[in-house]
Amino acid sequence: MTQKIRVVIAKPGLDGHDRGAKVIARALRDAGMEVIYTGLRQTPEQIVGAALQEDADVIGLSILSGAHNYICPRVMDLLKEKGLQDVLVVVGGIIPDVDVDKLRQIGVGGIFLPGTPMQEIVDFITTHVRTRLERV
Amino acid sequence: MKSVLPGTETDKQRWEREVLDPTLKKSPERAVPFTTISGRPIERLYTAEDIRDVDYARDLNNPGEFPYTRGIHPTGYRGKLWTMRQFAGFGTPEDTNGRYKQLLKAGGTGLSVAFDLPTLMGRDPDHELSLGEVGKCGVSIASLADMETLFDGIALGDITTSMTINSPAAMLYAMYLVVAEKQGADWQTLSGTIQNDILKEFIAQKEYIFPPRPSMRLITDIFSFSAREVPRWNTISVSGYHIREAGATAVQELAFTLRDGIEYVQYGVDAGLDVDEFVPRISFFFNAHSDFFEEIAKYRAARRIWATVMRDRFGAKDERSLKLRFHTQTAGVSLTAQQPYNNVVRTALQALSGVLGGTNSLHTNSLDEALALPTAEAATLALRTQQIIAFESGVTNVVDPLGGSYFVERLTRDMEEGAYRYFDTIDRMGGMVEAVERGFPQTEIAESAYLFQQAVERKEKIIVGVNGYVAEDEAPMEILYIDEAAAERQVAKLEALRRTRDHDRVRRALDGLRAAAASTDNVMPPLLEAVRAYATVGEMCDALRAVWGEYEEVPII
Repeated sequence: MTQKIRVVIAKPGLDGHDRGAKVIARALRDAGMEVIYTGLRQTPEQIVGAALQEDADVIGLSILSGAHNYICPRVMDLLKEKGLQDVLVVVGGIIPDVDVDKLRQIGVGGIFLPGTPMQEIVDFITTHVRTRLERV
Repeated sequence: MKSVLPGTETDKQRWEREVLDPTLKKSPERAVPFTTISGRPIERLYTAEDIRDVDYARDLNNPGEFPYTRGIHPTGYRGKLWTMRQFAGFGTPEDTNGRYKQLLKAGGTGLSVAFDLPTLMGRDPDHELSLGEVGKCGVSIASLADMETLFDGIALGDITTSMTINSPAAMLYAMYLVVAEKQGADWQTLSGTIQNDILKEFIAQKEYIFPPRPSMRLITDIFSFSAREVPRWNTISVSGYHIREAGATAVQELAFTLRDGIEYVQYGVDAGLDVDEFVPRISFFFNAHSDFFEEIAKYRAARRIWATVMRDRFGAKDERSLKLRFHTQTAGVSLTAQQPYNNVVRTALQALSGVLGGTNSLHTNSLDEALALPTAEAATLALRTQQIIAFESGVTNVVDPLGGSYFVERLTRDMEEGAYRYFDTIDRMGGMVEAVERGFPQTEIAESAYLFQQAVERKEKIIVGVNGYVAEDEAPMEILYIDEAAAERQVAKLEALRRTRDHDRVRRALDGLRAAAASTDNVMPPLLEAVRAYATVGEMCDALRAVWGEYEEVPII
């Protein structure tokens, strides 16, 4: 029996623009993944808590506000603290070119900028995720 | 081809039979869906037959005459051009003050304030939730001191300012009023706008703080305060822009926006106001999206619907209550990160549709806004786009140039009918607040957003540079990069303010604010006092949070 890939989609920080997060959540669900959408205004602590609770394989962060340089390192640090470093972290939104490398360096797996097709994100996650089965 | 009894066919059917069909046999049309960006199918030809249900005197009339389909001013842009009102704000108040002066020097004719997320969400720059957010999406305003800096050297009595602020609109409005007063401006002649449209926050932008009903009360308090104290101020900018950006179709944007407007009028009336007392100061804010004619039809339908509903549903007598005035912004969501210079063209076409639709005020996006907030150069080019339309294109010579177009009048009527159908649905739910609580508009929007994305991925909708005519390697563009320096400055300023202000006066003012919120007293007077005492946005919002609580939605995907 194939296990579904479990994805937490989160809106960190104060930004409420959720069109992208919701469209991606639905696309991943339509592609057969188990999607948990946290809703708005999540702190890094709440997001990592949700990933732990939901036994997530993937965390998808939607950030359009420019707050990525604070949020992403905080999320990556918390994941390490909780022993969740093998959770795949992907970020979608508005990330200036100069910050993309910084995010990769701290372990963000995929960075999806405006114009990215839904299918590209589905394929990326499918290819790069390590399921719980493999972790155990 | 439909079969028609000979002798009963229309001229269009004859043309289809005699002229079109032979052509189609030899040269079929391109195999693409001929639909608007909203997915509405468009016919290849519109003739007089298609607008037999449109009566000039009843449905169009001349500009300045009910139902104002052709415009609210008899002279259109010959009398006065639309206000060139560029939305701007970033970093510290000093940074933004500089940008405002640049825009005014470059020919901007009105100001428009973009606030950062902490300000929008009623949080101070030093709040835990503000980390990483200060000054990034707009200007950081924590107190009256920041507002004074923001407008330093700008005479508020000589200009109009629109402030894009919703949940804490009353606070920022109070700050603006106090700055104006300190400058010697007279509230009786002061003009400007606060967006102050909480319904669309619940529906689309999600920058709400308090639950729906106390939020509506804040708005009606502003209506009644302003009607007396600042009679030329536009107390609300009922917005479709954000609803559209969230994924709504053009009809949904039109319908939900106007139905929000109807809701505000109803709440105002229920709060004891006379319709003609406050409705003249209700204004609107629409999107200018990519389908050129759909947008023009939308604006014209909006004017006709509003005039009719205000007269018939609410019994408005004052002409000013019937005349819909609106600001337009070109569609941010249509801008691409790929080949950003293409955005100049998109914005120009969208701006033109706003002008041909008779907008009273216009913001044009900058080419780099899919990447960041605009650089000064990009912002100037956006303003020049408006100036070229105004002075070089000739479209301002005539009022409502597309009036009478078979296509545009058909589209206008169809959009109007689509909107009324939504009104019926929402009325049956008990109103817009009830519809929002049920998640109705949110669900419609999420569905439209997903359908659109699917259409793009199937290449039914081509976006140049994104899923067609893609460039292989693009050089990165220089953008406006906002780092943490703004946050550091704002936090330091706030610490200094807290040391130097009159603590007792602030405490008493916040007590007074809480008391007003818990009673039926108008909150504007205690807010003005709190502002004068240099209470912060966060402190004032926390006072209201203590009384009204906070709202969080159940997310609908």
